[in-house]
Amino acid sequence: MSSDLVIQVEQLSKHYRLGIINHGTLYRDLQSWWARYRGHPDPNSAIGGWGPQLARVQGDLFHALDDLSFKVRRGEILGVIGGNGAGKSTLLKILSRITAPTAGEVRLKGRVASLLEVGTGFHPELTGRENIFLNGAILGMSRSEIGSKFDEIVEFAEIDQFVDTPVKRYSSGMYVRLAFSVAAHLESDILLVDEVLAVGDISFQKKCIGKMEAVGSSGRTILFVSHNMASVQNLCTRALVLKDGHVDFDGDVRDGIHHYYSFFESSNGNNLDGAKRSGDGRARIIDLWFCDGNGKRLSMLRSGETTYLNIEVEPRSEKLRNLHLAAGITTLRDEGLILLSTEISGFNIDDLAMTKTFSCEIKRFPIRIGHYSMNLFLSVNGIVADYVIDAFRFQVEDADFYGTGRLPNEGYPHFLCDYTWKYG
Amino acid sequence: MFNDPDINDDEWDIILRPRSKWFSINLKTLWLYRDLIWMFFQRDFVTLYKQTILGPLWYLIQPVLTALTYFVVFGKIANLSTDGLPPFVFYMSGIVMWSYFAACLTNNAEVFSKNAQLFGKVYFPRLVVPLSVALSGMVAFGIQFVLLLAVSSVSAIGSSDLHVNWAAILWVPVLALYTAGAGVGVGLIVSALTVRFRDLAFAVGFVTQLWMFATPVVYPFSKIPQSYQILFHLNPMTAPIESLRALLYGTPGVDTSLWFSNLAITSVFLLVGLILFTRSESNAMDTV
Repeated sequence: MSSDLVIQVEQLSKHYRLGIINHGTLYRDLQSWWARYRGHPDPNSAIGGWGPQLARVQGDLFHALDDLSFKVRRGEILGVIGGNGAGKSTLLKILSRITAPTAGEVRLKGRVASLLEVGTGFHPELTGRENIFLNGAILGMSRSEIGSKFDEIVEFAEIDQFVDTPVKRYSSGMYVRLAFSVAAHLESDILLVDEVLAVGDISFQKKCIGKMEAVGSSGRTILFVSHNMASVQNLCTRALVLKDGHVDFDGDVRDGIHHYYSFFESSNGNNLDGAKRSGDGRARIIDLWFCDGNGKRLSMLRSGETTYLNIEVEPRSEKLRNLHLAAGITTLRDEGLILLSTEISGFNIDDLAMTKTFSCEIKRFPIRIGHYSMNLFLSVNGIVADYVIDAFRFQVEDADFYGTGRLPNEGYPHFLCDYTWKYG
Repeated sequence: MFNDPDINDDEWDIILRPRSKWFSINLKTLWLYRDLIWMFFQRDFVTLYKQTILGPLWYLIQPVLTALTYFVVFGKIANLSTDGLPPFVFYMSGIVMWSYFAACLTNNAEVFSKNAQLFGKVYFPRLVVPLSVALSGMVAFGIQFVLLLAVSSVSAIGSSDLHVNWAAILWVPVLALYTAGAGVGVGLIVSALTVRFRDLAFAVGFVTQLWMFATPVVYPFSKIPQSYQILFHLNPMTAPIESLRALLYGTPGVDTSLWFSNLAITSVFLLVGLILFTRSESNAMDTV
């Protein structure tokens, strides 16, 4: 039974040290070492404080993968899906031996080829022919193996007239076709693929998927990491959903994709009861919600519309003075986007004798389509009273911000702002 | 699950574990990737002088101009001894050997940061890169050595005190291999350390330059006072350069004890280099 397994991942963990790995210079390393030696705090360690924090952070270690286990049988096409930062890329990097695990073990059977990028190692000055041999060798093929497939590779890439032209003269489409063609002809028992299919024109993508399927049915095992649910659904026989470095779902593709989408829906809204809190508790944030100008609660925000963030704060102690309240909007990857702070904007809360709701008006909500999270912070007289990480999840949809029916293309994901052009 | 008796390590082809082994070079994998060493070498060789006017002529121009400079500065102005050899031949023989060492050292010093793009995307035994660097250097050395022979034979016609021992050429590959070992050894040590300490990358260039002056390139070992000789026992490039001259032109050269200490130090460099390099390769991509 076990002979059918080709990939076995057991209790795999990968930890990264936060920030830079070390201080980069000998002087600072020595400084840190000397401080530790004498029992002083490290002068070069990051200063903690208000800012995005992750549940997966322990000390200064970030758990990119945490105790991950799964098995793959021969011939399976496993789609690995998950949100940003779920650990997909780290998993792929470990499986393709680019980096070593921190703990646990991976066992692989047969020849492994990984395709984390199309055209790795292509040299612009070399001709198509030379690059086929170079790229093939980088991917682990021998010269004779490449030689025997050379014509097939050129034909598949549709570049036969240009095979002796330096690739720097290729169009980007030709370049990608050639690069993928080399990889597609790589004979391996296990193929690890990152979102490389997202490049190239659609007809070529289809051809590549076809080629991959063809090799898949011939007994090759494929591990396919993608954000593109359509291609996962078309291609894969099984789905593995990662979340926060764990396996969150393992099984049928359709169910896996459904599960992946349900993260967001189920996690939308207020998580004040479940969230990790810190602070001395002299006052607590007890509720928060978004509403529109008429006071109607919103379950979905629209960019460009006037939006009110309401935060209800309850005093749990007498004579509270000089309060600061802040809400930080972050992406689900915990990148800080906007901080809505009473202190910074000059709104003074002198005292809090009874439960009050604070309302923050955001004219023309500037964030675009996506899922976002919110951290909350409340201090009394400079001392943290309540600090809630990932207190609230919400979803924004794109709207006609500029009244032109147009929006920036995909490379500009997060923000919209008011602007006008004129002749200078 | 870890000690499951059903799981037999032999059934699996690749087992990835946290870095634990103190020293591991997988020669079998390296052999599988032998074509890649050749492809990298070919790439570097073909692309180095693309879109230059003089192209591979640069291999010849560099040693000639350097030798000419030394000829003027150290030969004519400083009037340093050349062991009775025509100065130009003396300097060039030193330069050709030293350049190969310096190339192996400096071109390997930043293997990880220079190849971060490639190393971050695909696995192959990282040792492939230093080996292909050594191979490229070997070819440059070969070309420059032929030039040295040409210069020597021309000089031998014009001067009666230069006799070239042609049979000694057979020893040259041995000297070149030794030099590659020393250069790659030091280069690997530096490359592993630059992963952590970027400072070293700045130091490598000029330390290598200074190192040359601690090596008998512009002066002969025979003129070194007894009290300084210990330094040359520690410098692995003393023996090959002096021996090249001794074998080809019959200069005094060095005694066996110096060869032994040089060989010992090169072995240490190479071994430490391999250990540090293989230790850093598994996690280097998390840092650079």
